[in-house]
Amino acid sequence: MELFWYIVLMTMLTIYVILDGYDFGAGIIHLFFAKKERDKKAIRNAIGPFWDANEVWLIAVGGVLFFAFPTLYASSFSGFYLPLIMILWLLIFRAIGLELRGQIHNSMWEAIWDKAFGISSLLLALFFGIALGNIVRGVNLGMVTDGVSAHEPHFFFLPLWNSTFSPHAEHLGIIDWFTLLLGVIGVVALAIHGANWIIFKTNSDLNQKLKQVVFNLNIVLLILVIISLFSWHIIDPKPFHNFVKYPWLWIFPIITFTGLFGLFKVKSFKKDGFGFLFSTLFLFGGLATTVSSIFPNLLPSTNNVNPSLTVYNAAAHEYGLSVGVYWFVIAAVLVAIYMVIQYRVFKGKMDDVGYGEH
Amino acid sequence: MEDMIFYDRMQFAFTITFHYLFPQLTMGLSLMIVYFKWRFLRTQIDKYNDAAKFWMKIFALNFAMGVVTGIPMEFQFGTNWAKFSELTGGIIGQTLAMEGMFSFFLESSFLGLFLFGEKLMGQKLHFLTGFLVFLGSWASGYLIIATHSWMQYPVGYEILENGKFVLNNFGALFSNPWLMPAFLHNQMGSLITSSFVVAAVGAFYLLNNKHSEFGKLFVKTGVIFGLVASIVVAFPTGDWMAKNVAIHQPVTFAAMEGIFETEDGGAEIILIGQPDVENKKLDNKIAVPNVLSFLTYQRWDAEIKGLNEFDESVHPTNIPGLYYSYHIMVGLGTIFIGLLLLANIQLFRKKLYETKWILWSLMFMLPFPYIANTAGWYTAELGRQPWLVYNLLRTVDGISPTVSSGNTLFTLLGFIGLYLLLGLLFIMLAGKIINKGPETTKQI
Repeated sequence: MELFWYIVLMTMLTIYVILDGYDFGAGIIHLFFAKKERDKKAIRNAIGPFWDANEVWLIAVGGVLFFAFPTLYASSFSGFYLPLIMILWLLIFRAIGLELRGQIHNSMWEAIWDKAFGISSLLLALFFGIALGNIVRGVNLGMVTDGVSAHEPHFFFLPLWNSTFSPHAEHLGIIDWFTLLLGVIGVVALAIHGANWIIFKTNSDLNQKLKQVVFNLNIVLLILVIISLFSWHIIDPKPFHNFVKYPWLWIFPIITFTGLFGLFKVKSFKKDGFGFLFSTLFLFGGLATTVSSIFPNLLPSTNNVNPSLTVYNAAAHEYGLSVGVYWFVIAAVLVAIYMVIQYRVFKGKMDDVGYGEH
Repeated sequence: MEDMIFYDRMQFAFTITFHYLFPQLTMGLSLMIVYFKWRFLRTQIDKYNDAAKFWMKIFALNFAMGVVTGIPMEFQFGTNWAKFSELTGGIIGQTLAMEGMFSFFLESSFLGLFLFGEKLMGQKLHFLTGFLVFLGSWASGYLIIATHSWMQYPVGYEILENGKFVLNNFGALFSNPWLMPAFLHNQMGSLITSSFVVAAVGAFYLLNNKHSEFGKLFVKTGVIFGLVASIVVAFPTGDWMAKNVAIHQPVTFAAMEGIFETEDGGAEIILIGQPDVENKKLDNKIAVPNVLSFLTYQRWDAEIKGLNEFDESVHPTNIPGLYYSYHIMVGLGTIFIGLLLLANIQLFRKKLYETKWILWSLMFMLPFPYIANTAGWYTAELGRQPWLVYNLLRTVDGISPTVSSGNTLFTLLGFIGLYLLLGLLFIMLAGKIINKGPETTKQI
């Protein structure tokens, strides 16, 4: 039963990253490449009717985490206290940037909310990448100093950084060179993903330029991914032990690299949606590779005193998990129906939706 | 210990109070928009569709505020109340996860369609999307109150040796006797807020001699919906809730009503007075003998236990706050019924739109349903203290063990600053929409 909910949770997390990822990415593209009002409008229209529903996946992931793995929810949310609250503030800024911009027609007003939307999208992508880095690296569960736990074995607290920025320090920080590397990968990968979405959903003048942007960023991404694979060895001496044990898991890295290399052909795709498909493959494969490499750990422990939080020791009680399956299946079917309806009504190019116009 | 939890409690209280200013309008207003849309489908008179469209603009702005201030609520269980989350997550996680899966997806998917899809879908489907948004918002309220009810009156659980609460009866979460009265009471409270908002905007138009056609429609709709809701909020739902509190949380009931001493021959109902907790008495009181006993047990001489009969360790931690919250809610509720009754009488006599003082009163009444709803929630929450899960888990035992109060104060200050900005923006933009007024469909 724990395994079922683990798969549900990871699937939902991946869907969240793919969906909200494209509108974060659109925000990053908006910040750096949309100079003309027409381009900005195209980008807003491309994500307008969707971003809110995309963000609901985050709430749903949080809810399922709370219900199925309450120990992990309690431990990680209090341990990563500051960055989580900052993510909330950024989400608020981003949302009001999108929703309030069109309320008043004034160039200063619009410029403020454009920047709020763009900058918070960029920072969110960075923060979520850093979060993934923290989960791969692990934390000092129980806050052990000299072999003695200062708290219960599953609680911890991390400051934003420590003076060394080293992922090997006894007292870790949330930002160190390794997690920052994953943060930058997050920004680049989502910028590509967002650009692909804009190409897919609009006939904007920007599209030709964006294809070049995707191509260039993809080179950067490839280099960063290679660096991260090497640095992974420094964090974890045997990062691929699960892949040795279960060879079928190799499908995930293969998907990742299919997505990554496929994107180099971005300029010759026959259909505008192909780019988005490949960046989706990259995100899906990348996330699946990462979480399966630490399985069954959910949050590894960096000390030898307290055990890692795993799928089995962080889960809720059996009865609750079993009864949850019934309502979850019903809800999942409904959500699938809503999504089909939503994407059918707003199918094709979105240039004329008129999002945020009053 | 009390000091350590102070900022955690302040942050939760501040963020939830601010958050709930928005959903209370969302839930009631979605019903009223669906009503306008339905009237349009039935009569084909453009006025109703224009009214629906106008309120959709306010709704969209309000909904966005509700969403952005709502996400922090779900996160804060984990960030600030980690021990509570760990111990009870297997139970309250159920209802909170269901809220995400059942109501937020429904609302957010169809809100986009409702706001941007009228031309794409046609009128009937547009009505349907509006109805689904309404359904989603009420389902959200239901599941939140199911969670709240479990904390007030825990059911369907057992406690393991390590202190964890585990669910053993899923159905009990929804047949909880606390749930239905609390849900209906809350939804009616929400409908009162939206009724007064609609009526106040209508009165503003009438008193300004602009958009008079809409002014009349809004005032009329507002006072009719408002009267029904403000009666049902008191009886049967409020009455039913008070009886639940009297039976299951007698110490809370005594504090709410301001009863320190148990009186022989029946308890008086306190209308006005200031609790003096140090000296265990009520100053300057105005009270009516025996009425509280009658209202609670339908017997004039029924005994109601005073606070002094309970050990101080189970007294609510903020007795004056609890007492005032409850009395503000009840007092305002009474004023609402009175004003709306008069307004409906004038409406029936076809004189409402000329009765200036009622229109002025309706307009200035705008903030008070918000205050009454907030006071109602404070009554419920302060009434549960010092417990998180009534009689089972104390609030001091629920906080995050590793988060220092310095970090909590930092984020509390951040929330205060950010929400101040949100509040100002909301008032400015809502004012702009209201000032501009509804747009009439051009006849082609």
